Amino acid sequence: MPFLKSRFQYLFGTTKGLILVAIAMIALVTALFGMLSGPMAEMGVREIIVRALRMDLQPAEREGRIIILYHSIAMAVVAIEVYMITGLLGMREFYKKAVRVLITVGYLLAMIFGLLFAYWGHEWVFHGLYITGLALIFFAGVLLTIALWPWDKAYFQPDPVYARTKGGVDLERAAFFTTALTTVISSIFGAVPGSYFGNGFEVFLAENIIRLPEKTTMEYSVIGHLHIMLALIAIMITLIVGRWLNFRGRLHKIAMPLMILGCIVLNLGVWGVVTPLEPIAHMIIYVGATPSMLAALLLLIWSWGELIRTGTAHLTKPTFLQKLAALVRDPLKFGPTWQMLFMNFTTSGIGIFMAVRLDEIFRLWPAREERIELTGHWHALSAIIATIILMYYGDIIGLKGKIRQIYGWAIIFLSDLALGAVTVFEMKRLFIGEAEQQPLVNALMYMIDFGLGLLLVLLAIVMVWRLTDLFKPKGRWTEEATHELAEEVSK
Amino acid sequence: MKRRVLTLRLRSVQTLSLLLVLLAACARVDLDPALPVYETGVDPSAWARVPAGPFYHGQEAELEEIPYDYEIMVTPVTVAQYVDFLNAALADGSVRIEGDYAVAFYPGDPFHGKKHELEIGPGNYLLVPLADPSSRFTFDGQTFAVKPGWENHPMTNVSWFGAWAYCGYYGWRLPTELEWEKAARGSEDARAYPWGDEITRQHANFYASRDPFEDMTSYGSLTTPVGFYNGKVYDGFQTVNAASPYGLYDMAGNVWQWVGDVHFQEGFSDRLMHGGSRNTYDMDLRVWVRNSAPPMYYGPAVGFRCAKIDR
Repeated sequence: MPFLKSRFQYLFGTTKGLILVAIAMIALVTALFGMLSGPMAEMGVREIIVRALRMDLQPAEREGRIIILYHSIAMAVVAIEVYMITGLLGMREFYKKAVRVLITVGYLLAMIFGLLFAYWGHEWVFHGLYITGLALIFFAGVLLTIALWPWDKAYFQPDPVYARTKGGVDLERAAFFTTALTTVISSIFGAVPGSYFGNGFEVFLAENIIRLPEKTTMEYSVIGHLHIMLALIAIMITLIVGRWLNFRGRLHKIAMPLMILGCIVLNLGVWGVVTPLEPIAHMIIYVGATPSMLAALLLLIWSWGELIRTGTAHLTKPTFLQKLAALVRDPLKFGPTWQMLFMNFTTSGIGIFMAVRLDEIFRLWPAREERIELTGHWHALSAIIATIILMYYGDIIGLKGKIRQIYGWAIIFLSDLALGAVTVFEMKRLFIGEAEQQPLVNALMYMIDFGLGLLLVLLAIVMVWRLTDLFKPKGRWTEEATHELAEEVSK
Repeated sequence: MKRRVLTLRLRSVQTLSLLLVLLAACARVDLDPALPVYETGVDPSAWARVPAGPFYHGQEAELEEIPYDYEIMVTPVTVAQYVDFLNAALADGSVRIEGDYAVAFYPGDPFHGKKHELEIGPGNYLLVPLADPSSRFTFDGQTFAVKPGWENHPMTNVSWFGAWAYCGYYGWRLPTELEWEKAARGSEDARAYPWGDEITRQHANFYASRDPFEDMTSYGSLTTPVGFYNGKVYDGFQTVNAASPYGLYDMAGNVWQWVGDVHFQEGFSDRLMHGGSRNTYDMDLRVWVRNSAPPMYYGPAVGFRCAKIDR
């Protein structure tokens, strides 16, 4: 019994244990449900899985199933971010515990019962538990927002190297607070139309397809919800990376106000799509996205500068190559900001490209090609966020030496290869016709399958290692249980 | 030393693999490969009657009523049928050649001045391109001819104007979206595919469905002859009879099919397509799935069929 109790205490009572459980759940869900589409479907694996697990997949319910699947994964990702925030930032113990209990029970309920409901017939009790899970996550968000209240004097910033107001309000905490608050509000933009459409089991593509001029307020709300929630998860992980790396100094003082401003304006733009402001909502969104992305750029400039500075501190006059070597010497510290930069190719770049080539795309391409591009770019963004989480996880579990190098570079190389190929696939119609595309499609698919497949294998190895570690009386888990993330922030 | 050699070899293998993949990506595709010729036994000039009455429409299966009988082609229009039309219409002046395109007059659409709306006024519009190597016909400057072996395959690389002109030339018209869906689904239930709710590789021509007209290592998935999925065995490839309740073939897969609706939403300039194609996954073959493109778009996986009403 003490064996189980101590492991349970680690897995559900410590930050690192909670993160491990959530990553393991996502890995399991991704591995299992990834076999139902893409190359696995082509190879006939889907049919075997469906039969073996006795899934009930009605063709008319495919989109509904995917909505629940994506929410299941997204809720676990949100939970990981919440664990990181509550481990990195100071807050009252009651809030920390309450938020963690609510979100853990919430995402597990949503994931387990949501998927049971979606893929194994429609047991309405399961649907109720799925909704209960989502509701608990919402309440966790409300509590987290209260816990992050930046005007609490106990959490004022005494150190002048960090962004703060004249009165001492910690602007980084204010940025976390703003992101948490707007996330809670933005979730309502999904909950209300979700209830409206879900009641009649209606679905539609949550993309602002330009060629379709008429959309209802509820449809705009869902489109806005999808995009803003993903943007907010990305903003939150940027703030978390900044805290982990101990972002500070002049650039921090510029970046945090920009992050707060960008987050607020971005949200106002997205919320505006359900108001008469809809015709100019996109303009407001661009205005909001600019300071947010600028803040992320400042984090990148600062962190790369720090990596170079600390890596060449022993040299009097480092050469360019020595600086470059210093920059890339630790893939887990270099990787997150590199992935943010790479994101500009897979996501922001595509967005700008779509805007610039708008006429060509929807005047000449079939809607299906536009759909591939629109849905592809936010799948890529989601995957990039996941890789950043995995890199931070590699750091907090104390990977060192060659294992750290292999783990870090494998994540960077494999994900960038796969997502780069996804991006080329999305844009292929610009340079190749449908009749001649197959060899290119094959090559891109090999890259995507190779990259994502090996990434999942890597994740599986880590999970198996962590599982075996739990059976050791003095495994790594015992050490992890004694350290909080805030103590391990870079000096 | 031994380790270094091993690392170098590993890197060489990686580089070589990447190069091979990139080289494979640049390989030229034979757009007119030698393919088997099969007689399916399904008559492409046949029509099916769809009686007036209600049916289940869309993914949410809402009950809709079509208050009249109509007829619809049993298969998509074939290359041979379309080439006959082009030769006849070229001879009587209904179709003209302008540069690399066959064109015909279209009276235009109402224009609402909505944002991003495409203005389609009266004028000559593209029916088919003449120089596209993926087309299944040739034009020698005077006469259109079918490339050998493609006679009973569905006509592709035809724009919506081309489909509209063909049907109109014979006094028919393109089916509306509702007519097309009812013909595909029948009126008894809310099935996802014309034959029911299950799909296998023996039911239809879709991406990686392993039919005799597919080679995913080179040209990919090509069209199958119309009516191919009728329960026959072709050189060992067993098909299922995938006819719709009204006896229509190819209502799922093979080629996307233009439907006739103009402005199904005010300001929407595209034309709708249904049925999925040889180049899409099975999910796009569900009867309610919509694709759309501007009416001048043509592609190697887009065709059509016609409808007519006996009034």
